[in-house]
Amino acid sequence: MNLTLTVNGVEHSLDVPANTLLADLLRTQLRLTGTHVGCDTSQCGACTVHLDGRSVKACTVLAAQADGRAVTTIEGIGSPDDLHPMQAAFRDCHALQCGFCTPGMIMRAIELVESGAALDNRTVREALEGNICRCTGYHNIVKAVLTASDTMQEQAQ
Amino acid sequence: MSAETGIGAAVKRREDLRFITGRGTYTDDLNVPGQTYGVFLRSPYARAKINAIDAAQALQVEGALAVFTGQDTAAAGLGDLPCGWLVKSKDGSDMVSAPHPPLAVSQVNYVGEPFGLVVAESLAAAREAAELVAADFEELTPVVATAEAAQASPIHEGLEANLAYDWELGDEAATDAALAAAAHVTRLDLTNNRLIPNAIEPRAALATFDPASGEYELRTTSQNPHLERLVLSAFVQIAPEHKLRVVAPDVGGGFGSKIFVYAEETVVTWAAAKVGRPIKWTAERSESFLADAHARDHVTHAELGLDEAGRFTALKVRTTANLGAYLSLFGSSVPTFLYGTLLAGQYKTPNIHVQTHGVYTNTAPVDAYRGAGRPEATFVVERIVEAAARETGRDPAELRRLNMIEPGDFPYETPVALVYDTGNYQASLDRALQLADYGGFKQRRAASEAEGKRRGIGFSCYIEACGLAPSQLAIQLGAGVGLYESGEIRINPTGSVTVFTGSHSHGQGHETTFAQVVSDKLGVPFDDVEVVHGDTGRVEFGLGTYGSRSLAVGGSALISAADKIIAKGTRIAAHMMQAEPDNVAFEAGAFISGNQRLTLQEVAFASYVPADYPPDLEPGLSEKAFYDPENFTYPAGAHIAEVEVDEATGVVQLVNFVAVDDFGQIINPMIVDGQVHGGLAQGAGQALLEHGIYDADGQLTTGSYMDYCMPRADDVPDFTVDTTVTPCTHNPLGVKGCGEAGAIGSPAAIINAVTDALGTEDVAMPATPEQMWRKLRGL
Repeated sequence: MNLTLTVNGVEHSLDVPANTLLADLLRTQLRLTGTHVGCDTSQCGACTVHLDGRSVKACTVLAAQADGRAVTTIEGIGSPDDLHPMQAAFRDCHALQCGFCTPGMIMRAIELVESGAALDNRTVREALEGNICRCTGYHNIVKAVLTASDTMQEQAQ
Repeated sequence: MSAETGIGAAVKRREDLRFITGRGTYTDDLNVPGQTYGVFLRSPYARAKINAIDAAQALQVEGALAVFTGQDTAAAGLGDLPCGWLVKSKDGSDMVSAPHPPLAVSQVNYVGEPFGLVVAESLAAAREAAELVAADFEELTPVVATAEAAQASPIHEGLEANLAYDWELGDEAATDAALAAAAHVTRLDLTNNRLIPNAIEPRAALATFDPASGEYELRTTSQNPHLERLVLSAFVQIAPEHKLRVVAPDVGGGFGSKIFVYAEETVVTWAAAKVGRPIKWTAERSESFLADAHARDHVTHAELGLDEAGRFTALKVRTTANLGAYLSLFGSSVPTFLYGTLLAGQYKTPNIHVQTHGVYTNTAPVDAYRGAGRPEATFVVERIVEAAARETGRDPAELRRLNMIEPGDFPYETPVALVYDTGNYQASLDRALQLADYGGFKQRRAASEAEGKRRGIGFSCYIEACGLAPSQLAIQLGAGVGLYESGEIRINPTGSVTVFTGSHSHGQGHETTFAQVVSDKLGVPFDDVEVVHGDTGRVEFGLGTYGSRSLAVGGSALISAADKIIAKGTRIAAHMMQAEPDNVAFEAGAFISGNQRLTLQEVAFASYVPADYPPDLEPGLSEKAFYDPENFTYPAGAHIAEVEVDEATGVVQLVNFVAVDDFGQIINPMIVDGQVHGGLAQGAGQALLEHGIYDADGQLTTGSYMDYCMPRADDVPDFTVDTTVTPCTHNPLGVKGCGEAGAIGSPAAIINAVTDALGTEDVAMPATPEQMWRKLRGL
């Protein structure tokens, strides 16, 4: 089937099998390999991207469902020279080790902060329930999200 | 060197920039022209004979290219997957190794065991074809339970029993005598639950074969690509080493599970030449659950004798360890040399005897996972010490202190074959008690009780032996090879530095830490030092990363190489300055003689373009070194856990965790803290959440993240971590290793807290809400 979607601000028109998952479209067709696949039951969250600003697990979304919509991946939020505050906070707080869960974790965390919810240690931990990290024990991830939350709020003002 | 980037500085990791921007390169991110896709055929049965495999229909699928079976790999002469550590039974006989072909030939022995490979133009076609392969199995009765396996009928044809070895260490007669004479004996039956490692990146392989050169290239998720190449060349005999390059690009966590040489990358590499096209295979998570090496799975009875004063007089341990259906690469060593040798813990117990029965079952092979034997040993020692304190009415912290090896006792030889070089166990316990506010526990317990929650506190004073080698000792213990690590430092002509290490990073941050070490040692800017690892085409040799060895062994090799660089640079500088080498000093990155000064960069440039060197002075400034430690390193520490058990729901919440660890000198404290946090979460997972369960038919009932409970962010608290420092006495950096400590110490501390809360020693890991709910109601 033909579909048109915007990924990281660039419009793509593609012909894909109807059963193509958004995660596969991003990784295989568009070579945006920052979005990772860590499980087959939509539990690990490594594939989390934004669809019209909401975080979704791209392994659970058909590419067809993204037709006409805007997708943002980890590659679309910042670069080494111009990091998103959440990316910077992950580095500053040592919130990643192997880096495999990190893109999904960052995308989920950005949405969490942008939702405007009041955040503390407990609420961040509960909100990250859908993203599994095996390396960090979450301690520094929570610290990074709270740090970035402050920066993002300051920038918004 | 600069205080911002040298040894001891919390330098931000340079590898992070690619990971946080999605620019990392993991194996599955790679694609090559002409690539095909592999899907493995896996046994649906725990134990069955393979009568016939019919691939005719599968090969009709559009895009299907080939189906390979165990008959094909056997006919091609592919060797078995070896076990690298020979354990001898107490009667002196070698362990009994069941043959482990890469693809099952005539019998499958665990659910998920690969018996064939389907290759096709697309992943979809490969999956469709795999569905159409008709395999005729004849089911056989499986052996599953650890405790009963040794007595059950043998699962492997030609083996007399499901017993790989009956191993022992220590003096049994003396231990029995001391137990008989003890004023008090504490007895405990313990199960160490089976775990499934679950690095978040599934295993993957991309193999290519170039018919023009006859060269294979395997890119795979490995913690030690050189060992992978060695095994595939020397044992499986796919190709000689000069025709086989193994690259481990960015690897998404390993925790031990990616050390081993598995069937999948082996067969994919072999098949790439048969198909004449590159083949890519990436595990689905369900395959990771079925076919990654599992961990732990011990059943143990232990007895601890105490005298009237509370001093430990003897420890006797009987363990049955489930090795799975085959001996994985290091599987035999984990419940023996990495377990029995650690049963002295931090204590002066004079008599220790351990016996381990390693048994075969129709389950996935069991091998090293973060801690590997040492969490199991710590669980035995620290659970029984806690139980003894309760039985004899002593404070658990004070009973430990009474029995601890004291700072003046080092070097201390244990009754179980190790010599601890240094430590200060009292210091870490004191600091942990302070951080945990031990004195305030009673008040906190009362406050919890008022909210319908039972609060408990638990201790674990662990020790681990890290930094494998020492090679001579390892070989005495049965290792198939010595375990030196290599390092090479190349000062490039313009003065930048390329560091090659045989160690491998898959989250540990070598690219930063090793650069700190070399920059500090050679006095060159941190940003000028690049660390290369994980590629047999670029790094001469290595034994990879496991057993918290990277810095203690690999880092020490770099120090040796740097010493050689300084020695050679001194001779070159002396020649340039027309001074005697003895009169040239190296300080802060420069060679100095009198009032002459040449930077390392100036000397390096000159060394590559000389015109007037004497015959005994060779141009260039690049040096290699192999390092072998004379002993293990012995990180140790004190962990204190506090839990609340909800009376209504049985849910255990880990509310406070203090870890005070002694890792010797610390290069990057930020990274060290992170390593501890991660280990603690894995230990909390073992204690409270994770359990790999096979049913009586040998079906894995915890085969997905829906059933196998991984620790999530809201399952663990913020951790309180600190370090005490007694430098390792025998390596140049004074480091001990920090990667596994969290997972080693924490399960015992947490279960000690749970048993404290419940008032019973009878708690199995994981301490699930159901189990707690039943215990709270006496069910």
